[in-house]
Amino acid sequence: MAQMTMIQAITDALRVELKNDENVLVFGEDVGQNGGVFRATEGLQAEFGEERVFDTPLAESGIIGMAVGLSTQGYRPVPEIQFFGFVYEAMDAVNGQAARLRYRSGNTQNAPITIRSPFGGGVHTPELHADSLEGLVAQQPGLKVVIPSGPYDAKGLLIQSIRDNDPVIYLEHMKLYRSFREEVPEEEYTIELGKANIKREGTDVTLVAYGAMVQASLKAAEELEKDGISAEVIDLRTVMPVDFDTIIKSVEKTNRMVMVQEAQRQAGIASYVVSNVQERAILHLEAPILTVAAPDTVYAFTQAEEVWLPNYKDIVEKANKVINF
Amino acid sequence: MNFLKRTLENIKEQFPTFQILNEEGKVVNEDAMPDLSDEELKELMYRMVYTRILDQRSIALNRQGRLGFYAPTAGQEASQLGTQFALEKEDFILPGYRDVPQLIWHGLPLYQAFLFSRGHFHGNQFPEGVNALSPQIIIGAQYIQAAGVAMGLKMRKKNAVAITYTGDGGTSQGDFYEGINFAGAYNLPAIFVVQNNRFAISVPVEKQTAAETLAQKAVAAGIEGIQVDGMDVLAVYAATKEARERAVKGEGPTLIETLTYRYGPHTMAGDDPTRYRTEEEDSEWEKKDPLVRFRKFLEEKGLWSEEEENEVIEKAKEEIKEAIKKTDAQPKMKVTELINNMYENLPAHLQEQLEEYEAKESK
Repeated sequence: MAQMTMIQAITDALRVELKNDENVLVFGEDVGQNGGVFRATEGLQAEFGEERVFDTPLAESGIIGMAVGLSTQGYRPVPEIQFFGFVYEAMDAVNGQAARLRYRSGNTQNAPITIRSPFGGGVHTPELHADSLEGLVAQQPGLKVVIPSGPYDAKGLLIQSIRDNDPVIYLEHMKLYRSFREEVPEEEYTIELGKANIKREGTDVTLVAYGAMVQASLKAAEELEKDGISAEVIDLRTVMPVDFDTIIKSVEKTNRMVMVQEAQRQAGIASYVVSNVQERAILHLEAPILTVAAPDTVYAFTQAEEVWLPNYKDIVEKANKVINF
Repeated sequence: MNFLKRTLENIKEQFPTFQILNEEGKVVNEDAMPDLSDEELKELMYRMVYTRILDQRSIALNRQGRLGFYAPTAGQEASQLGTQFALEKEDFILPGYRDVPQLIWHGLPLYQAFLFSRGHFHGNQFPEGVNALSPQIIIGAQYIQAAGVAMGLKMRKKNAVAITYTGDGGTSQGDFYEGINFAGAYNLPAIFVVQNNRFAISVPVEKQTAAETLAQKAVAAGIEGIQVDGMDVLAVYAATKEARERAVKGEGPTLIETLTYRYGPHTMAGDDPTRYRTEEEDSEWEKKDPLVRFRKFLEEKGLWSEEEENEVIEKAKEEIKEAIKKTDAQPKMKVTELINNMYENLPAHLQEQLEEYEAKESK
């Protein structure tokens, strides 16, 4: 076991899969010599050579389109979109092409692509670097969307994503990259996609979150505990498909739920999760499901970022509302 | 000071229209004559005649409601089949939606092409050994995918190329440039064909770009480009053959612009070319017809006759009839099949929906 940051765990997972499967290719802007702008691919080109880990011209559509083409030749591409806000440039390649290859070909071709990309707010970036755009890809049938909440999950989920035979969008919250370390096994391990993780057990209210909002929810749960409220925190890990079974079981126990996401209220996956939970568990609910999300503006300019982003206090406030409904 | 724009002055001299057969079917470029046997020359004619009949029958079948989405091909036979004829079986085709003939001559059974037209996924379930993607609907998307296919072929050390097709309108897309640029940057075995049929639905190529030729767009990507008479099947074949040889030798990608014309509408979904083209223009291009000139050339050599042509026509009609029968016999597609084709392993939410549609479809 080693203490790793999330970025180290990601590099480790890439190394494991580059070693395991010669069809795995890692490429993108600055990922070769430079090791990626966040150093996610640090040392990988030196270790595996320029054929396996390489820089691309600066064109996101080209990067993902090339990944689709490589898929037809039996490769398992792991392209990087340098910041997920740049995915707009590649929307056709992602949602119009990679997502549809299996379906379009009547299950005779597939695109085992894992698109890695940093996203998420709170790190004072220029525009279009911090947006939570998971909703754009979660809405596209054919894709899976994975968002780890820490180092241990990051490694297991990334290895599993790369092994998946369908396209996976693997989103890495920038604030989590180096904010804390966890014990991460040095050997390989996988975490099943589509399964949520109960991060903390509780009996009074269920907090459903993903990405950086898992840490915020855990902090909220600690605060709530001081007032005698026992909160259960569920980390979705995979936001498409969503593990409704785990959520429903929890809600059947707590009878109350708060949905937490960093994305704007109209974006992300909160509406999708909430509508499904109320369909399946309305008779178990003692209060409306409330949502903690960012306001429906374009991502905040840096100076307003701290107030704009949802935080643990917002979660505590909504949790108290559903408790006292 | 007068140094701006100088690079454009002699552009047409750099990209002359490569031609072997003129409109009268006379060889005007003996040196460039491809090394094709009499049988191969006849096979080229056979394929062009067959494809012309297929186009006529497809239009008729569409009007009868027996085919769905269809993009007519008449006029473009030399561009489509001349390029495909230069390929080997292991070469990988990334077509646009008008490029169904290339897929057919690359091995796609006719009834599957009809199923594609009818909106049945079995049309896209290519048999083993038909190296291609299904026709791309998004203009230009196939160009970047071609770079990926070509990179894969190169890394697998295959003696093969990726060939992709778009039209004049496609050259305005970002993906067009990204595709040729990636292929150039990685020196990939790719052939990028632009069938310049002068109109992107209704917009003429003059409104598409200030570029005098589309072939010159290769220069910006640092790759070779050539403009070819796209109504001259021998020129198209010769250019593609050379591009292929260069590609497999590791000499990089080529952009081939073919000057051609589609006689019919953009698709059979209501396009009316009289709104944007004149009869004079239509008849000017019909004089350049690829079948007419190649027929003259072959007749001159004693390789083709009216009887032979009629045999091809009858054979094509018969095979089309048989293929349509097979198309009709295909079981109706089900939503449950679509659901099952979404992922390797069905997620829980789709499993629920599968059960819902199984119940609906069993009624």
